[in-house]
Amino acid sequence: MLRDITFGQYYEGRSVVHKTDPRVKILLLILIIVFIFIAENAFSLGFAAVMIIITAIISRVPFGMYLKNMKAILPVLIFTGIINLFYGDGGKVLLSFWKLSVTTDGVYRAIFMAVRITMLIFVSSALTYTTTPNDLTDAIESLLSPLKFIGLKSAVHTLAMMMTIALRFIPTLIEEAEKIMNAQKARGADLENGRLKERVKALIPVLIPLLISSVRRAYELAEAMECRCYNGGEGRTRMKQMHMSARDFWALAFAISVCGGIITLNIFF
Amino acid sequence: MDEVMSNIIEVKNVTYEYTDEENRFTAVKDLSLDIERGSFTVILGHNGSGKSTLAKMLNGLNKPTRGDVFVDGINTKAEETEIEVKRKVGMVFQNPDNQIIASIVEEDVAFGPENLGIPPLEIRRRVDNALEAVDMSDFKKSTPHHLSGGQKQRIAIAGMIAMEPECLVLDEPTAMLDPKGRAEIISTLLRLNREKGMTVVLITHYMEEAENADRVIVMNDGEIIADDKPKVIFSDVKMLKDVGLDVPQTAELLYKLKSNGFKVDTHALSIKEAAEQIIKALGTSYTDSEEK
Repeated sequence: MLRDITFGQYYEGRSVVHKTDPRVKILLLILIIVFIFIAENAFSLGFAAVMIIITAIISRVPFGMYLKNMKAILPVLIFTGIINLFYGDGGKVLLSFWKLSVTTDGVYRAIFMAVRITMLIFVSSALTYTTTPNDLTDAIESLLSPLKFIGLKSAVHTLAMMMTIALRFIPTLIEEAEKIMNAQKARGADLENGRLKERVKALIPVLIPLLISSVRRAYELAEAMECRCYNGGEGRTRMKQMHMSARDFWALAFAISVCGGIITLNIFF
Repeated sequence: MDEVMSNIIEVKNVTYEYTDEENRFTAVKDLSLDIERGSFTVILGHNGSGKSTLAKMLNGLNKPTRGDVFVDGINTKAEETEIEVKRKVGMVFQNPDNQIIASIVEEDVAFGPENLGIPPLEIRRRVDNALEAVDMSDFKKSTPHHLSGGQKQRIAIAGMIAMEPECLVLDEPTAMLDPKGRAEIISTLLRLNREKGMTVVLITHYMEEAENADRVIVMNDGEIIADDKPKVIFSDVKMLKDVGLDVPQTAELLYKLKSNGFKVDTHALSIKEAAEQIIKALGTSYTDSEEK
């Protein structure tokens, strides 16, 4: 389970959402998130919710997958909901004890916040389910590329290279950690029982060999990269070119009309 | 000088020393060696014989302490041609995991050509060709992590081929692989050499991997102690044992038979050849004893 982390949440598919340029998807995600918070009444928020559900449906990722992500975030959802209950400063008082009171306004706030967070999870899942981590990395590099005009050119490339290598080595290091843990267990180490302090202590003989081997790996990888003529981002080309296609402009148009709809509903209701 | 040199790599009186505060260790001692274009050379030696140090000098990763290494006429010490040298001499290491950079096979193979600034379409062509050459085309969209050791090592080789080098140097590429993976790598290398004319320098301590080479070099203590065709090298069982190498079982058997007075030719390498030699030897001694 842990080993497939490189593919993160990616759910293989060929839907329109999968095929949209990852750069466009990231930008749209940011846009939609902003507008989820701009939506201020039930109509505009409801409209946004419907649109997000439509996106989720056309992504052809099973609905259960989205709900699975919701389950993980449930405690946060409940917590923010409860906090917001007490934040209302108007409306009828429904319940009051000590210095706290729950008002109708507070109930609205709580519901709104819960719905917003739910939508947030839905849209960001829609991105991670339909985009491989590699594409995400490339998209981030491409989106950050304007930074090179303010003298951060090598920084952008370095960041992207670091992300690529990190993604590549996560499963390798997990496998290594498992091997070391098994080796230590075979020598009688108890990694599962005992109090927190004892368990942390028991992890040291796992972490030190892992660290040493990671440093050695890094050294060998650097040599291999040197042998493959790596010389930083300067003069480097990419095999995969990202192209905006008509599909991406449609996605953009769709998102902008959703935003327009939210503003309109905000004004008229 | 327009003529194409027949040697892709020339090593001239090279010495390499590792130094730290207290110790000085000479890994390679005044060694000279030429690698001919299109040849398949195997360098044999046990651990610490200096073979890995020598390998890293062949593409300029290590710079000789004394002496010079020339790749296609370029001195590896010249800084401005460092990339050029590394492009001409591709290097594959022992652990495939530590050579693969990207999480998708084809993107990893593209890494070298991307560094060279080759146009995208040309990279695509090279990546497809390289994967074809190592017989891994079916895996181009796979994650290296899910592949076997032999497959990963073939990806590492493809990553080098995609840079279109003139020579491949492999530093114990099979040391971490199972027998199946080892066989895959050796047959891939032989095919590259025979069909594509790729110059191959294979560094190993597995004797049987040298069987099909054009030339075998045996290293010990930073020096070349033997340099000949595989059959000649393998028949010198005493020398091989002296430097701590495992002798192929056929060679050892023939060697023992010969030293006990049987008339066998110790140059026989394959099991079949060895068997024929033994039958012949037994036949003669059998008829000999009958006559008595």
